[in-house]
Amino acid sequence: MLGNTSDRQRIAQQRLRIIAGHLQGPVDGDSAILAAECKAQGSKTDVCREGKTVPRRRQEIMKWNGWGYSDSKFLFNKKGQAEFTGKRYRLSGMIIPGLKDWMEGTFGANLQHKTPATPLLTSSAVQPATLNKAFLEELKSTGIPFSHDAEDRVFRAHGHCLHEIFALREGKFGRVPDMVVWPNCHNDVVKIVELACKHNVCVIPYGGGTSVSSALECPPEETRSIVSLDTSQMNRILWIDEKNLTAHVEAGIVGQDLERLLNESGYCTGHEPDSMEFSSLGGWVATRASGMKKNIYGNIEDLVIHIRMVTPRGVIEKSCQGPRMSTGPDIHHFIMGSEGTLGVVTEVTMKIRPMPEYQKYGSVVFPNFEQGVACLREVAKQRCAPASIRLMDNEQFKFGHALKPQVSSIFTSFLDGLKTFYITKFKGFDPNRLCVATLLFEGDREKVLQHEKQVYDIAAKFGGLAAGEDNGQRGYMLTFVIAYLRDLGMDYYVIGESFETSVPWDRVLDICRNVKARIIQECKDKGVQFPPLSTCRVTQTYDTGACVYFYFAFNYRGLSDPVHVYEQVEHAAREEILANGGSLSHHHGVGKLRKEWMRDTVSNVGVGMLKSVKDYVDPDNIFGNRNLL
Amino acid sequence: MATEAIYPHRDPMLKKRDDFEDMLEERRNSSDLRYALRCYTPVLYKGLAPCKASMLKSMVLQSDQLHHVIGQVSRETGRAADDVQEEASAILEEMAHCLQLSTVRFFAFTLSKVFKTLFRSICVNEEGIQRQAIQEHPVVLLPSHRSYMDFLLMSYILYTYDIALPVIAAGMDFMGMKFVGEMLRMSGAFFIRRSFGGDKLYWSVFSEYVKTMLKNGFAPVEFFLEGTRSRTSKSLTPKLGLLNIVMDPYLKGEVYDINVVPVSISYERILEEALYAREMLGVPKPKESTSGLFKARKVLSEDYGSIHVYFGQPVSVRSLAQGRVNRCQFNLVPRHIPRRPSEEIQSFVNDSAYRLVRAQEENMVLKPWVLLASLLLQNHHQDQTAGQKRGMVLEELTAQAVWLRDMFREYGAFLHWPDHVPPSEVVSSSLSLHRGLVRVCEGRVQLAVEQGGQVKPGEPHSTVTPEEELLSQAVIVLSCASYRNQGLHVFLRPALLASAINAASSNLKQEVFNSFSFLRNMFSNEFILCPGATVQDFEEACYLLVKTGALQVTQQELLVTERGQRTVAFLTSMLDPFLQGYQVVCRFLCEEATENLTEKQFVPAVRKFIIKHLLAGRLRYTEVLSSDLQKNSLAALLRLGAVQKIKAAEQGTLKVNKVMVNSLEDTLGGRLPTQKAVGARL
Repeated sequence: MLGNTSDRQRIAQQRLRIIAGHLQGPVDGDSAILAAECKAQGSKTDVCREGKTVPRRRQEIMKWNGWGYSDSKFLFNKKGQAEFTGKRYRLSGMIIPGLKDWMEGTFGANLQHKTPATPLLTSSAVQPATLNKAFLEELKSTGIPFSHDAEDRVFRAHGHCLHEIFALREGKFGRVPDMVVWPNCHNDVVKIVELACKHNVCVIPYGGGTSVSSALECPPEETRSIVSLDTSQMNRILWIDEKNLTAHVEAGIVGQDLERLLNESGYCTGHEPDSMEFSSLGGWVATRASGMKKNIYGNIEDLVIHIRMVTPRGVIEKSCQGPRMSTGPDIHHFIMGSEGTLGVVTEVTMKIRPMPEYQKYGSVVFPNFEQGVACLREVAKQRCAPASIRLMDNEQFKFGHALKPQVSSIFTSFLDGLKTFYITKFKGFDPNRLCVATLLFEGDREKVLQHEKQVYDIAAKFGGLAAGEDNGQRGYMLTFVIAYLRDLGMDYYVIGESFETSVPWDRVLDICRNVKARIIQECKDKGVQFPPLSTCRVTQTYDTGACVYFYFAFNYRGLSDPVHVYEQVEHAAREEILANGGSLSHHHGVGKLRKEWMRDTVSNVGVGMLKSVKDYVDPDNIFGNRNLL
Repeated sequence: MATEAIYPHRDPMLKKRDDFEDMLEERRNSSDLRYALRCYTPVLYKGLAPCKASMLKSMVLQSDQLHHVIGQVSRETGRAADDVQEEASAILEEMAHCLQLSTVRFFAFTLSKVFKTLFRSICVNEEGIQRQAIQEHPVVLLPSHRSYMDFLLMSYILYTYDIALPVIAAGMDFMGMKFVGEMLRMSGAFFIRRSFGGDKLYWSVFSEYVKTMLKNGFAPVEFFLEGTRSRTSKSLTPKLGLLNIVMDPYLKGEVYDINVVPVSISYERILEEALYAREMLGVPKPKESTSGLFKARKVLSEDYGSIHVYFGQPVSVRSLAQGRVNRCQFNLVPRHIPRRPSEEIQSFVNDSAYRLVRAQEENMVLKPWVLLASLLLQNHHQDQTAGQKRGMVLEELTAQAVWLRDMFREYGAFLHWPDHVPPSEVVSSSLSLHRGLVRVCEGRVQLAVEQGGQVKPGEPHSTVTPEEELLSQAVIVLSCASYRNQGLHVFLRPALLASAINAASSNLKQEVFNSFSFLRNMFSNEFILCPGATVQDFEEACYLLVKTGALQVTQQELLVTERGQRTVAFLTSMLDPFLQGYQVVCRFLCEEATENLTEKQFVPAVRKFIIKHLLAGRLRYTEVLSSDLQKNSLAALLRLGAVQKIKAAEQGTLKVNKVMVNSLEDTLGGRLPTQKAVGARL
């Protein structure tokens, strides 16, 4: 997925890395030294450490008002063709000929009508920092790096909700943290939290900054000094236990680093949320994250063996690493999903697995969405879901299609044409109804092939036709570049967002239909001048239900307050989800965006239970981001 | 008030309505055969392929819901599941429609012929038809029900406009008509038993059948919200069973939305006119039979004026339910397991039903005859009180009709009074169409009660007892009343207010309101009065009377103006027969009801009592003989708890709380102030 080498090369390299990892000797010895000398190490980490993605000054490599790396973005070149810049992704440096037509056709967007973002962050527009002098003095004496530079603060004042990015593009900033601290290890966090309690300072933990629930927004009513606690420098693998297949990792590590470092030793966690390039382990724990390959590896709650969290009351952790315990309610479940309201997760012991020998993408075309869902349901029933199986609806299939890079050979385009002809003309699939399931198999080569056959056989029973690896791989690529695409849309009056839910199997079709229809109707009622993009995919399967993911975007030309309209529509869509038996969230979390529905979701008593935990753990609301409750 | 949002307060005269076009005009100018054989290609719901009746049946039989219920029934009764399944299959067989285009074409041809002989015109609003045909969502058609003709007429119209034909819920009694039943089935009717209270299996097959058709959009579903034909031309209290079923798919999220279309069918002259009157007077209605239908062919030779069919604005169930129903209540139990609707949903469906019936009422076209019938009836009663039989001078009738016409218009009635024709001509043409009911002689008009109704030629009519004479007069009066009733909904609220002002001991607003609220409550089985909308209705009534200058409203008081006296008198006497009727029923219950009066005996007994009083001259209103009124008043008393149904071995007996009934009677008669009788219950 990352890097522009071909698959085969990549697998070969991984093999080499596995072998190299074995030859390099035990990793844990090395890390143990690091951990012991955490502070010394910390004081000289001004430069980006080799192999680690996220520097303290994130702005050095990332956009301040958009998604991802500064060097990677979509743009329309002088010829009016879409192109993706940079060198980081498979799509980088390529021309995407279909994108322009798709944007014009889907949104009624026009290249002449641009809405460029404010190019530079003007520090003077940022509220001056409210500093707590005493806290600051004592913090200085600990030697933990901190900053109250405006750029640093703005960077940590937001996640990636539409309204947050929209405001940044307009150069508007609300309440931002007053300072940023970069602890280097668990003990640093303990000190910071102690000081915060002592001086009554509000602490908001910050991991990868990929939240889409307004979780990072500073409560505007907060009068205390707000400290953003950036965990990004706590990013080491402290040890790997090959006997038990666990790894002990600092919680600030981002997904891509964790996987890469483990890969070097021949292991992986297999936890791959779509945001894994930037989201952090601590963030996953705090929001109950879910990974694309959860069918093999499990979601975060299945992967976590041990958690260390620093709270105002002290450190919470379990005393052993038994694989399962019957010791009352699992305290991990107070931590997972606490969304930074109880403390900072500093270290996590996770399951690891040997890297898979073989990976294979695949795809199946179905004549319609109903058949596709029926097939996924059957796959779930037989419990033979591959590492990942996703079903995109027709609109999303077309969307994926629009992202096909320019093909170099006439032969490939001829083949594509032939495939299309076979499916639509020979098999009689309606191009406006068909939909595609993308698959990813992982494991022993032989087993993968066997598994593949089993899944394709089931698909055939529901009228599905195998449609090649390429379609499958492109489907997964879409999820990595979608956030970049949103930035492109916002350059041309198009705003959008994704949201998700989980729902029992018997409700899947109904919820997809109704939520999409509701979005379209609400847009119409709210005066949106162009038909919106309203599309979904079934993105995870479970024994009893599925996770459904919606994309929603529209052209806002002619609207005076597009963000407000957007929020109203999203609100209505969420109400529709709840009315159709969907959950408040499958993995994005609640944050502040969905707080209003918590009571209905978990009942009064449920809210009371959570409240009383908060009251005990953090009576002074030091972790005052006001998420969840 | 929750209902406030449903009826925004607005001037009824500003209501926008579509234009009509006469469907028969084209039929009179071109070949019926070609019309019946023409290409019929309606737009289908979301481009769906039409579903064969057999496929539909198997979908129903394989549904999760039915599966569940079959299992349940089999466990409860110990019968084999296959056995129960077979029963379900038989029920479905008995119920299901099998729409065939050839039958529809046959009807298209014959109905064209019949309609052209019977009616001068069939006017429909094409805009409305096209509006409901845009099948973004499944459609439910809710026509008003005044005649057997209704559903054939509906299908005929939709066929003519090339719109998907509905499947229609029909009562099982049609099935009795051997050949015709099957014909109707082939033109889209499906048959349901009138009562199947506890039969789980039947209910399950039935509801699944309707829902399957609706959810998949195979065809619009049509049924009569009033459940049966209204014999009195007043709208009937809506029945909720089918409405519950058709709303269910939306509430459970199985479809995004459902469009419900109220359709108002108004007849200038109802085919069943005298039939209904007889039925209400206790001459039992003939059982539907094919031979009976042929006997009815003599109606073919008469002129029945015109029909107006108005397709109202489609109502989205989603918007009705917005903010009223929490759909999350279906999240915790599998949706295919049948459950009793929650209270929230029951009250939602009930309110929606009333709202839809009112929407039907609003778009009912009223012909000049409705005004004339009202005036002639009032005059008839005055004459009777005075012991005269003089009738009304034609010019006087015309003048009064013009006055009433203007009032109707101000109240927002959908009145079809040809303005380009002089009023006298309008009146005389109306009178001639209804010459069976009125007699004009020497420039005076009166009800044709003298003829002794229409005595059948075969019957001997030598010895006519006073009772028989009374009954035959009543046929005329009741027929006339049914035309008056067509317009009742227009001034029902002002009339309740006028009567309340009359009855209240002072002009104090609060007192009038109490009195209004009492009457409204008393009559809520008689007229369509939305539950819980008392304040709303009161304000609407005040608004209308103030607007027409009949009433002045101050901070504290309601005062009838000088020029308002006439209006108020008219309105009061409109409602008077009902007031008197309810009092008589009360009196009967106090004076004559025995310990073991059963519900079944009630109507004959009260009828005997009323006849006695009428003959003795102690009662003015012959129309009180209407069994409809008697049943409604009993229902009201039961609702108020003044009478109780005691379950006995065979059938329920009525236990009368004489004190309460007595005080209700006195309050109705204005002899008791409202509050006392109102009690805690009201």
